[in-house]
Amino acid sequence: MDIHEYQAKELLSKFGVPIPRGGLAYSPEQATYRASELGGAVVVKAQIHSGARGKAGGVKLCRNEREIEEAAEFMLGRKLVTHQTGPAGKLVSRLYIEEATNIDREIYLGFVMDRASERIVVVASAAGGMDIEEISASQPDTIIRVTVDPAVGMQQFQARELAFGLGVDPEIVNKIVPAIMGCYRAFRDLDAMMVEINPLVITKEKQVVALDAKMSFDENALFRRPHIAELRDKSQEDPRETYASDRGLSYVGLDGDIGCIVNGAGLAMATLDMIKLAGGEPANFLDIGGGASPERVTKSFKAVLRDKNVRAIMVNVFAGINRCDWVAKGVVDAVKELEITMPIVVRLAGTNVEEGRKIIDTSGLTVISADTLAEAAKKAVEAAKKSA
Amino acid sequence: MAIFINEKTPILIQGFTGRIGTFHAQEMIDYGSNVVGGVTPGKGGTSHLGRPVFNTVKGAVDETGAEASIVFVPPPFAADAIMEAADAGIRYCVCITDGIPAQDMIRVKRYMRRYKKESRMVLTGPNCAGTISPGKAMLGIMPGHIYLPGRVGIVGRSGTLGYEAASQMMALGIGVSTSVGIGGDPINGSSHRDVLEAFENDPDTDAVLMIGEIGGPQEAEAGVFAQEHMKKPVIAYIAGLSAPKGRRMGHAGAIVSAFGESAAEKVEILKGCGVTIAPTPSEMGATVAQVLGRMKKVA
Repeated sequence: MDIHEYQAKELLSKFGVPIPRGGLAYSPEQATYRASELGGAVVVKAQIHSGARGKAGGVKLCRNEREIEEAAEFMLGRKLVTHQTGPAGKLVSRLYIEEATNIDREIYLGFVMDRASERIVVVASAAGGMDIEEISASQPDTIIRVTVDPAVGMQQFQARELAFGLGVDPEIVNKIVPAIMGCYRAFRDLDAMMVEINPLVITKEKQVVALDAKMSFDENALFRRPHIAELRDKSQEDPRETYASDRGLSYVGLDGDIGCIVNGAGLAMATLDMIKLAGGEPANFLDIGGGASPERVTKSFKAVLRDKNVRAIMVNVFAGINRCDWVAKGVVDAVKELEITMPIVVRLAGTNVEEGRKIIDTSGLTVISADTLAEAAKKAVEAAKKSA
Repeated sequence: MAIFINEKTPILIQGFTGRIGTFHAQEMIDYGSNVVGGVTPGKGGTSHLGRPVFNTVKGAVDETGAEASIVFVPPPFAADAIMEAADAGIRYCVCITDGIPAQDMIRVKRYMRRYKKESRMVLTGPNCAGTISPGKAMLGIMPGHIYLPGRVGIVGRSGTLGYEAASQMMALGIGVSTSVGIGGDPINGSSHRDVLEAFENDPDTDAVLMIGEIGGPQEAEAGVFAQEHMKKPVIAYIAGLSAPKGRRMGHAGAIVSAFGESAAEKVEILKGCGVTIAPTPSEMGATVAQVLGRMKKVA
């Protein structure tokens, strides 16, 4: 789960990470008022769940009231498109007004859950301000890493190694170390999956501040982090995904026209692959979970149908513990209840597959049955092309 | 032989008396698994499904001699249950639970390193369908009847995609020595590589089908292991060809976040390691059949 920059900064500052002074604004009037509280030049920052906001016009240095108003009016209510948001962009509904900083040096600082070492790894680079992908492509030599032993946690010396490795003046090292340790403690105590300070700035006044901050959290741990869970901002999510996740379905919206309903994440991915190989484009990933109860099948159809690009639906269920005839009945009932008229291809496999097929074939509905994954994908692609 | 479990392995159910634990314990017993008891803290001394219930794993191991366990404990308590099994001397543990926090799994992995390699518990999962040695024992939640006993090993992250593979193989008359689910989480007990190593050392396995997916370094690492240390052929399918970068596809671990984590990149790496690739998910069984056919010709 992602959160906004201002939320991440507030959390981090509680762990001793220095941040510039700033405040939230929902209107141009509030923006100018916040600026007057801060005094001097300010930066108006659009709050969306994406990096690279600057290039999209979402970050603006303003020196007077008129500039602040203009920037706020430009950003608020706009959908900002960055290379991370996708073409639809993300809606700006709040601004963060922050005091301007006299930047002397910019440092990249990132904390990630490293899957190879199965530990928290801290990554730093002297080439701050750039994406970590860009840095590792163009200046891989500037990247320094330390790995944290989970038994004892991160140690001060590791933070010092990073600071000296970045070539920071010794007097600044004493200010950077607490910032690094603070980020680590926030990562550990809040069940983060990623903390990124890019850039961590050394100011001309020889102070250390986190100029931008990004945090994302382990959704599996939200049960024990209620104050993190409540930072969720649904306006930053694909509405199709919000609808599905509110109903306990695992759904990812894609750009194609074939809706997919599958049980199991691996089989769901394989189903999308099969559609693509058959020359079609899937509209979504949807895992209804191991059991495919009639209620979940109905919910899944509803979620898939909210996407207006869908021209055909493919259902692929491997019934193990649950039986195919039960799943087939669920599909037939859902199609009747929702009065679906678009073509639906159903492929069932596993226990009682013959009985399941019979229920589908004799239902009198526009449901096409298929034996294999390949056959189902082919039929779904044909059906989508016909009904387009 | 098979790997990890056979018809004799004494099995313990952790989270025995809950709804899910009860259902699947009964399925395992019906399949012929040697379930010797279960653990539910606070219900020790009672009996469930005709087997004794214990308060602690240690108590259960002392009384029953259990060697394997399966964890159905809910996510907030599952990491603790795995560590309890490791400490009690369980040799092989399957964790079915989906939704364990990643930092809990980091702690589990670190904890298990306290034990010397020879006495360290083998963990598979979490968030998996379990392990089955067809015709011998089932330690999982899979439908047992879709697996034909035989000599091909299966290792995979996904439950239902593994069922798909097993049933494709059954339709072609190809049987399975053991099928191992390693789960869809980013931090898991055994990796693809670890399970390949177990299959390489198993005299009853002739070839291995590896079912991978996007995200993480494990498939590439397994490819290198297959190339450098395996005589048995490895066949692989990688799911998620059409997955966009940076999006989590259902499994907590199925996300392309770094170079080498996409399906296309993994397929290239595996090909370079001499692994035979099943080009589509509907050809997993057929690709295994081709490789077995080639082996017969050589022999």
